[in-house]
Formats: sequence, structure tokens, C-alpha cells
Amino acid sequence: MNPDTRKMKTDRPRKNPLVMFIHKLGSPPWFYGFTGKFVPWLWAVFTVLTVWGLYLGLIKAPPDYLQGEIYRIMYIHVPAAWMSMMIYVLMAGMGFIALIWRIRTMEIMAMNSAPIGAAFTLIALATGSLWGRPTWGTYWVWDARLTSELVLLFLYLGVIGLFKAMDEPRKAARAASLLALVGLVNLPIIHFSVKWWNTLHQGSSISLTGSKIDPSMLWPLLIMAVAMKFYYAANLITRSRVTLLQQDLRKSWTRDVIEDATPERIL
Amino acid sequence: MTPTRKRRLIAIGLILTGVGVASTIAFYSLQQNLLYFQSPSEIAEVAMPPGRQFRLGGLVKPGSVDRAKDGLSTHFIVTDGPAEIVVQYVGTLPDLFREGQGVIARGALNEEGMFMATEVLAKHDENYMPPEVADALEKTGYTVKNE
Repeated sequence: MNPDTRKMKTDRPRKNPLVMFIHKLGSPPWFYGFTGKFVPWLWAVFTVLTVWGLYLGLIKAPPDYLQGEIYRIMYIHVPAAWMSMMIYVLMAGMGFIALIWRIRTMEIMAMNSAPIGAAFTLIALATGSLWGRPTWGTYWVWDARLTSELVLLFLYLGVIGLFKAMDEPRKAARAASLLALVGLVNLPIIHFSVKWWNTLHQGSSISLTGSKIDPSMLWPLLIMAVAMKFYYAANLITRSRVTLLQQDLRKSWTRDVIEDATPERIL
Repeated sequence: MTPTRKRRLIAIGLILTGVGVASTIAFYSLQQNLLYFQSPSEIAEVAMPPGRQFRLGGLVKPGSVDRAKDGLSTHFIVTDGPAEIVVQYVGTLPDLFREGQGVIARGALNEEGMFMATEVLAKHDENYMPPEVADALEKTGYTVKNE
């Protein structure tokens, strides 16, 4: 960046608080300090909600009239499947911002979302398979829902692979972000597959118009869904803080952070 | 927004529009191949030739399940309301298989128009409820609706 543009940038008035916030998030030292304050709380809320949700879901909730106890795998499967899609949209959204505004923290957060999303996709596929065997009578079928979710896993792996294949992390992040954006076409397919085509997978139990799950069974599911969102936020921020330190190892703000965190007897 | 950013935005917008249009066209032309199963009415419409493999989906007609004396083969009727097809299957059925339940069977029609299934999968619906609620619903005459 040449000195002229830098000057122009600082002189321009920024009134919108959201724009201000995004700009501040773009500054690595500010991002590191700001997130450091609340990331332990995210982990704490995630732990409490997960323990509570699993207790309600696996112990307190009644068995299903048709499936008996096996339906309880829903409390892992459904939140994981929701997260696999939500994280993809967020990853693509952050990738979009990274591509146009070249904000480094956004590139880092988009790329650090991919392994988390891939893990959730794998959990959704694995638990679905284990659930399918006793209920449907098969571990796997190539119906539109299952296949499009598998494609989502490959998209995540593609994004991770492309990012790792290039040496320069900033360029790599932008290339992988473009792939993530193109892969967005798969998301409506996953969501609407059970509506558009005949599938073995049943339709959505929960929609904007209401739920087809009895309230006594629904609450644990919603708690687990919120818990997983906290997990994603906590994991993403923890990863991104480490990536920032790694990339800025030679910068002065990193040295300050490391010095502050090191006990005096070691220095 | 600076001119560089605007240019990037336009470039990405064009790429995404292109991908979107291309995939929409692809999906419209692939519609038929993406159907995992066909209903009895759809089979009747296309006059499916005997011996052609396909997947049949529908509800097990209540009262139609007939287990043979050898304990292995089962006959039942798959219906979607207007049309129905008699299915013969040899083997163990999934736990969820019962009258009124959605099933997907793979196989082919024989010369007599009976569907010889080589695999039967149970489809379950989006309703979840405790047994007491299901009982109460049944008592009030509301049948738990399967897809």
C-alpha cells in the first residue's frame, strides 16, 4: 500500500458503527485483544448447554412412538447437519468479504471455518448412517439428500485442499474462498432435496410454520442446536487467534502478546 | 466503495450468476434422474415393462400384509391412493415395516404385474412423539399421518 492511499483511508469519515466494527475487526491486534476477552465464555456456555441438552435429550425426553429409543441419535445428527450448512454459508460469506475488501482476519476466519464445517458434515453423515440401518434398513442410499450432503463434505475438503496447496496463505485463502462461493449452489439443493424429489430421507420436521416434533422432545434439540453454535464460535475464534499469531510472528504486537503471556522467569 | 473493489464485486457477481444459471439448467434437465423412487400412479402412467428394474415407493396398504407359511416371503400392497401394486419380497423386513408405513422397494414387475422386490426399505416421516401422545391421537380418531 502506498502512503497516499493510506492517508486517504484514515481521513475518510466513518459514521456507520457496523462498518467501524468490521474495520476494527480487520486489525489483527484489536481482533486478538477483543476476542481474548470473551472466548473463554463461549467455551463455558457451549459446555453447559451441551451437558444440559444431552441430559434432557438422552435421559429426560420420552421414547418415540414408532422408533423407540433409537430416535435419540437425532440430538446429535440434526444439530450437526444444521451446523454443516450454516458454517458453509458463513464461510462463503466471510470469503466474499475477504475477496472484495481483502481483510486478512476475514480470510483467516473463512479458512478456519472449513475444518469445523467438515467435521460437522462428517458427524451428520456418520450418525445418519448409524440411524438409517435400524430404521430404514440400510446404512446408505444414493438419494438426493444423502448425496448432496456428501457433496458438501467434498466441497469442504476441496476448500481445505486448495488452501493448503498454495504457499502464500493470503492468495490461497482468496482462491479457496472463490471455490467456497461457487459451492454455495449446493446449499439450496441439500435443503430442498427432500421437497423437490422423492427421497428416502423424510421431510423437514421443523420449518418456519412450526414443528412436527412433540414439545417434550423438541426442547433438547433446540438447546443442542444453540450449544453447537457456541462451539463453532469458540472453536473458530480460538483457531483464528493462533493463526494470527503464527502469521504475525515477527510483528511487534505479537511480541507484546507473547511477552505478556510468558512468566518472567523464562524471559 | 473504491473502483478496485467495485471491479472485484462485479467480477465475482458475474462468476456466481454464471454458476447459478448453469446449475439451474442442469437441475431442470436432470429432474427425472434425481427421483429416488416412483409411486404406483407414476408406474401406471408410464406402463412400466416387466423386467425393468426400478424403485417403488408408497404406503403399505393396511390389512394387505400376508406372510407366507415358510416364514420368509411376504406379500403386501403398496399404494399411493389412486393406484396400487402387489409386492412380493423374500427376506427380512426392516423394523419400521408395518401397515400404513411408507416403504421403498427395489425390484421389477413380473409378467403378471406383480412387483418382485429384492430389497425393501422403510421410510419414516417427520413426526416424532411419545407413545402416550400417539395413543391419545388415535383415540380421538386422528390417525398419525404417514407420508
